[in-house]
Amino acid sequence: MTVLGLSRFQFAMTTVFHFFFVPLSIGLAFTVAVMETLYVVKRKYIYKRMAQFWGKIFLLSFAVGVVTGIIQEFQFGMNWSNYSRFMGDIFGAPLAIEALLAFFMESTFIGVWMFTWNRFKPGVHVVFIWLTWLGSTVSAIWILAANSFMQNPVGYGINKKTGHAEMTNFAAVIGNPQLWREFPHVATGALMLGGMVVVGMSAFGFMHKNADRAFFTRSIRVGAIIALIGSILVIITGDLQTLEIIKDQPMKFAATEGIYEDLKSPAPWMVVGLINEGAHKSAGLEIPGMLSLLAFHKLYGGTIQGMNTLNQQFLGERGKIIKNGIAHPEISDYYVPTNVLFWSFRFMAAVGFAVLILAICTLWFTRKSKNTLADSRWKLWVLGVCTYLPFIGTTGGWLITELGRYPWIVYGLQTIADAVSPTATVPSLLFTNIVYFLLFCLMGGVMIFYSRRVLHQGPEPDPEGATQPATEGSHVGAHAANRKVALA
Amino acid sequence: MTEFLAKPLIDGNNFLQLLWFFVIALVFAIFLFLDGIDFGVGMATRVLAHNGDERALYMRAVGPHWDGNEVWLITGGGAMFASFPLWYASLFSGYYLLLFIVLVGLILRGVSFEFAAHAVTDRERNVWQWANFAGSVIAPFGLGMMLTSVIQGVPMDAQGNVHAGFFDVVNWLSIVGGVAVVFFSFLHGLHFLSLKLDEKTSERMLNTSKKVYWIAYPALVVFVILAFIFTDFYQRRTKSTLLITVVILAATICGHLSAYKKRGGFAFISSGVTLAGIIAFIFNGLFPNVMIATDPSKSLAVSAASSSQYTLEIMTIVLCCLLPIVLIYFIWSYFIQRKRLLTDNTPEAIKAALAQ
Repeated sequence: MTVLGLSRFQFAMTTVFHFFFVPLSIGLAFTVAVMETLYVVKRKYIYKRMAQFWGKIFLLSFAVGVVTGIIQEFQFGMNWSNYSRFMGDIFGAPLAIEALLAFFMESTFIGVWMFTWNRFKPGVHVVFIWLTWLGSTVSAIWILAANSFMQNPVGYGINKKTGHAEMTNFAAVIGNPQLWREFPHVATGALMLGGMVVVGMSAFGFMHKNADRAFFTRSIRVGAIIALIGSILVIITGDLQTLEIIKDQPMKFAATEGIYEDLKSPAPWMVVGLINEGAHKSAGLEIPGMLSLLAFHKLYGGTIQGMNTLNQQFLGERGKIIKNGIAHPEISDYYVPTNVLFWSFRFMAAVGFAVLILAICTLWFTRKSKNTLADSRWKLWVLGVCTYLPFIGTTGGWLITELGRYPWIVYGLQTIADAVSPTATVPSLLFTNIVYFLLFCLMGGVMIFYSRRVLHQGPEPDPEGATQPATEGSHVGAHAANRKVALA
Repeated sequence: MTEFLAKPLIDGNNFLQLLWFFVIALVFAIFLFLDGIDFGVGMATRVLAHNGDERALYMRAVGPHWDGNEVWLITGGGAMFASFPLWYASLFSGYYLLLFIVLVGLILRGVSFEFAAHAVTDRERNVWQWANFAGSVIAPFGLGMMLTSVIQGVPMDAQGNVHAGFFDVVNWLSIVGGVAVVFFSFLHGLHFLSLKLDEKTSERMLNTSKKVYWIAYPALVVFVILAFIFTDFYQRRTKSTLLITVVILAATICGHLSAYKKRGGFAFISSGVTLAGIIAFIFNGLFPNVMIATDPSKSLAVSAASSSQYTLEIMTIVLCCLLPIVLIYFIWSYFIQRKRLLTDNTPEAIKAALAQ
């Protein structure tokens, strides 16, 4: 256990956990906003009940997302102070703008949205949830702007006196091509995830005794449509992002495909395979010519460089990565954690297609002329378990993005080893890692427990008829059954 | 224009560096003014509430706002990262464990609102209400300790790394500082509740406030004496520090009198000014440094910690464009939810009027 190892573990753990709730919140905010918009447009009371019911899950997710997000904001200074010193001039700006532009918007309007169902006309109230969604989506742009710089540094210069990176062109930093490939992929991935979670949870909802079938049928269909659109878009945007990564980070691309030796076009695509990281060899089931199609969208797009070539090339260009007298034998070459990248990519891609298929199936089995889903236990179980599926995909995506820049924290400019806080100690890091881990287990567990409870309690009963009653006492997120607190 | 922006004005700092030092101080002052409410209300749930329903009512009073209030801290951290990266790096890595404890407090506080709303039994809800209380005490105490430890000077090396020992962080002044922030947050929360709850409960809040306020005077005297011994604020920045001390004292007296006169609004503003005054005291004393080292030659100056001129210019433009918009909808969100909450004590006539 080293300071570096523990700091990396902490960063991985906190970001992965945080990123369960980011796409969930963005995706559910969108889904809820769509439901409430349907209520405004169609004037059917069921849509309001849907927005309020799924809004409860959204609020739970948002709460956990907010508190795990605070850790991220401070972590760069706490664990990675040399990174902050080196990069702060560029990295701090998007973070500050994220807070000003996005965090205020989402946190203010979510507070307004939660407590003002009876205060505003539906047409006005729906604006608040859209603004919340907009805020969380805009926040993704800015944090990804910061992340894109770590992947593909642009618009900067190195100050000779201090040795620190300085911003020279703000437009270039936001115009980073990496950002505009990354953001659509993340944003559409969030929609896919949000839709799929509604589909999966609705499936569980059907299984409950006395389930409100009309309610869950409508919910599952809205969820499935969003998941369907999201999964198609996420596959397209992912493909576009790959085209960029081959150019900017060839090592990352080679690792996701497990390519050690150069491949001449038309290159075969290894669907699954075994990778020996020590011997730098890989072998598996291949589809001829497929990789060239994936990478260049044509059979004869050019040679795809393997990791061995790239490693030699980097060693020639930059030499070994031992700096500041810190010996890091484990990163004396430029290989990335290939097994993790290879399998993360496969899981991610598989999830994208699986959600696509599940969404189509859901829509088919709930079609108006022959709605059979609710009576088919095994189908409901499959969909229910698949609530968790998209999380594997989004986590895989982040592992590829972040481990793929190894050993760099800022690609080509600073290594991860050089970025840690010099004052950090193993005992303090061990302590914080353990506490964070326990807190995350607790929050994750409670989150799932309460989500299930919301599901079991079911939606607010539909007051007779489909029209809205004069006074109605439900308040999303306010209080569970029979609390005395009234709202003014 | 460019010439003016690059010209050193005070202690070798140019206009933008001064501006951003002020902005950071302002954002932290606003944060404490606003989140102090939530901390204080969290404390009141254990000190004043009789039962779980009352606790839920108190928490409901800040329910729509606490998240937005906390964003001021996030903004402060982000703005510090953007405009003074070396300060951000030194301060946050140097106060690693203390900041970690603050974060744990904020995490507990943050999830408690939502989780408590989903609890079914009183016992279960009580767990999250305890989490809210614990977080509401831990976070301001830790922040107060950090800020009052920083001003005493800590061992730093040439790279700006802080090597703070246990007693650099935990000592008389920092403990008093932590307690002071907790104490004034508590009063602030009471005053806020007195504006949000029914008249009977409001009266109770102010009655408690006027009694507890007496502790403020000896506490302030102790704080000033300790600050006089452990920091050089009164020697180095005599006039401004004295002025802020007077403002803090005046705000305290004003708040106390308002509590006596049952003027919740004035009391609320006063306790908020006291909290903001503590931030002003600290940032004013730090200047022209952002971090004070025990060896003065290693102190981190504002100008040395700041970002490049270009980044500061960009951030200034962004701030000028966004802050007014943020303030408009932020204030609006308070304005539309300014009414008192309905409780069991609310007269039936008012309830009936609202139901229509």
